[in-house]
Amino acid sequence: MSEPESAAAWPPAGCALVTGGSRGIGAAVALALAADGWPVAVNYNAGAQAAGEVVAAIEQAGGRAVAVQGDVADPQAPERVFAQAEEQLGAPVLALVNNAGITRDNLAPSLADEEWDAVIATNLSGAFRFTRRALKGMMRARTGRIVNIASVSALRANAGQSNYGAAKAGLIQFTRTVAVEVARRGVTVNAVAPGFIATDMTSALIGPDLLAAIPARRAGSTEEVAACVRFLVSRQASYVTGAVLTVDGGLGA
Amino acid sequence: MSAVTKEQVQERVVEALASFGPDAGDITPESTFEELDIDSLDLVELAQIVEDEYGVVLKGEDMKELKTVGEAVELITERAN
Repeated sequence: MSEPESAAAWPPAGCALVTGGSRGIGAAVALALAADGWPVAVNYNAGAQAAGEVVAAIEQAGGRAVAVQGDVADPQAPERVFAQAEEQLGAPVLALVNNAGITRDNLAPSLADEEWDAVIATNLSGAFRFTRRALKGMMRARTGRIVNIASVSALRANAGQSNYGAAKAGLIQFTRTVAVEVARRGVTVNAVAPGFIATDMTSALIGPDLLAAIPARRAGSTEEVAACVRFLVSRQASYVTGAVLTVDGGLGA
Repeated sequence: MSAVTKEQVQERVVEALASFGPDAGDITPESTFEELDIDSLDLVELAQIVEDEYGVVLKGEDMKELKTVGEAVELITERAN
């Protein structure tokens, strides 16, 4: 990394983009970054109303935010989403949180092509294309923060999630590799690997047996994940890159 | 779009390369990227600048063939016109 960032203004003159920001971990991340002074683009796919509520909550707290529709699995989405976010917020994207994710759980012998492809397209290829688009501006600005939301399923096997685990494991190695490529431009790239977090996506999974397997004996909250993302996006994290921060109540320890 | 002169491209390329580290005064058409310590990431960024400003798309294979600043300026000028 070229320069320590301790003396620079923070947040820099840019905005933050959170994919899948309308609910769950993404919504908590959008709120946390806005609280740190970032103008935030809340990307959503189908949840226009929920995204609007996140924007309203940010504005009510004195922050700035806009909702931007776009399916991250669509190869054309990054160009459109970045253009809208940057135009409406009047600043380049200098913080990107690749959070949008889906599950299509099934045991591998009966996993359908569509279930495999959809999970790879959203959770891995989408993050790649949004990262590629973000790096253009970040490299020129000589600063930037990218945080990829991975999963404990990338680090330990979770039966029924071979597609999801493969995509998230791929996302972690993508994170590390890109971190090495762009480190000397002052851009950091890190991953957060949440364990079982209470969200709509995991509500069917979390039962007594699962909770007994977690050393903390409880599911995590979206705010506990957002706090880690907030740190990785902060000025204080300027020398942290290529790291994977697990937030799992000790599950992977 | 009006024609871009070689001098204009040269000036912009030197400015871009100087932002990657070397002194502008050390950058001549004969300078090789190697002696200027310009690496592959720098060339990717140069390609982005060139695309934004002149609409010239330089692919990885184009960049690999370029050894000197002068060769890059020639190629960009030729493609831009």
